[in-house]
Amino acid sequence: MQTDELIDLMAADTAPVSRFAAARRLALGAAAGAVVVMLLVLGWLGLRPDLTTAVAGAFFWIKAAYTGALGAAGFWAVERLGRPGVSAKRPAGLAAAVLLLFVLAALAQGCRMSGPARLIALQGVSWTVCTLNIAILAAPSLVITLLILRQLAPTRPTVAGFAAGAFSGGLAATLYGLHCPEATCVFVALWYTLGVAVSALVGAVFGRWILRW
Amino acid sequence: MDELELTLKPLMLAGLNGDAQAHARLLKLLSERLRAYFGRRLSASLDDVEDLVQETLLAVHLRRATYDRAQPFTAWAHAIARYKLIDHWRRRKIRATAPLDDVADFLASEPVDADAGLDLTRVLSTLPPRQRTLVEDVKVHGLSLSEAGLRGGLSEGAAKVALHRALKLLAERLRHADR
Repeated sequence: MQTDELIDLMAADTAPVSRFAAARRLALGAAAGAVVVMLLVLGWLGLRPDLTTAVAGAFFWIKAAYTGALGAAGFWAVERLGRPGVSAKRPAGLAAAVLLLFVLAALAQGCRMSGPARLIALQGVSWTVCTLNIAILAAPSLVITLLILRQLAPTRPTVAGFAAGAFSGGLAATLYGLHCPEATCVFVALWYTLGVAVSALVGAVFGRWILRW
Repeated sequence: MDELELTLKPLMLAGLNGDAQAHARLLKLLSERLRAYFGRRLSASLDDVEDLVQETLLAVHLRRATYDRAQPFTAWAHAIARYKLIDHWRRRKIRATAPLDDVADFLASEPVDADAGLDLTRVLSTLPPRQRTLVEDVKVHGLSLSEAGLRGGLSEGAAKVALHRALKLLAERLRHADR
């Protein structure tokens, strides 16, 4: 069979394609990932006991907005990077701005604390498990996102994998906020951010290997 | 450069709306460009060039949902061709020596016609029997997809699915053929 015959075959396989087809596939995957992560939070970690009072306070939502924005930037980047010839500069810029803003807030908060108080804030009650928990929670969403991304056409596998990990890490960190009682910018800026970063790096490593087509 | 974009993009958009003739025309024009593009970058055999042309055309066809209609078509197609070239070098463990180019260079390629005799038959023979029969009926006997489906006892819908799967398998086999 020669190339022209192959073209005839492909022409016989011409079906209409919705302009939202790629985005819809990713969105469905993200929703499925969110459900699995949520089930893990409920079944494995449990909700924080003071959840009902926590949701009345501002910091619960500030924390969720920070990690949620990181996840949203990650999703946006995934949607861009699954398309050949499209730049992901704008989502990357958004992620950098969100990160910078929150780290500055944490530095401001940390600078006002005395030395011992700062150490207490940094360690919280869960610094030994926070990053690892977020990375573990992110794993199912990362697997789903990478498998869908593989069906699209990522021409930069490592970067696309990194974005998939950042999205999954942001999603996991946001839902982890339903379990974790930590309530300082200092703590979240360090350990939550590290959790998202670990997920992004795992995504980059596996993306390089899985996102080949 | 703009001329090519102005020719190809409407064909792509029509193809995305289900126009098979426009889609075939797009792939044909693209195959000529790709042959020139890869030809200038692969000093090795012509078989390699044609393999890459076919692999890239299959990628363009199977992954056309990733084309954003607000984007220039040539930028999208070039990014795929460039990726397939790098992937080819990576699989062959060859380091890129020729400089990688930009879209303008991709567009500047003079169209080249296919060399006769290059053959997908080897890859085709690895398809499952039912898909192979379907492909051969459409290709060799010139049957329409629904006629070919009938011959193999498939409904039109099932024949469509089978053909799509066959093309996916073909793309996968082609990519691993030179390992």
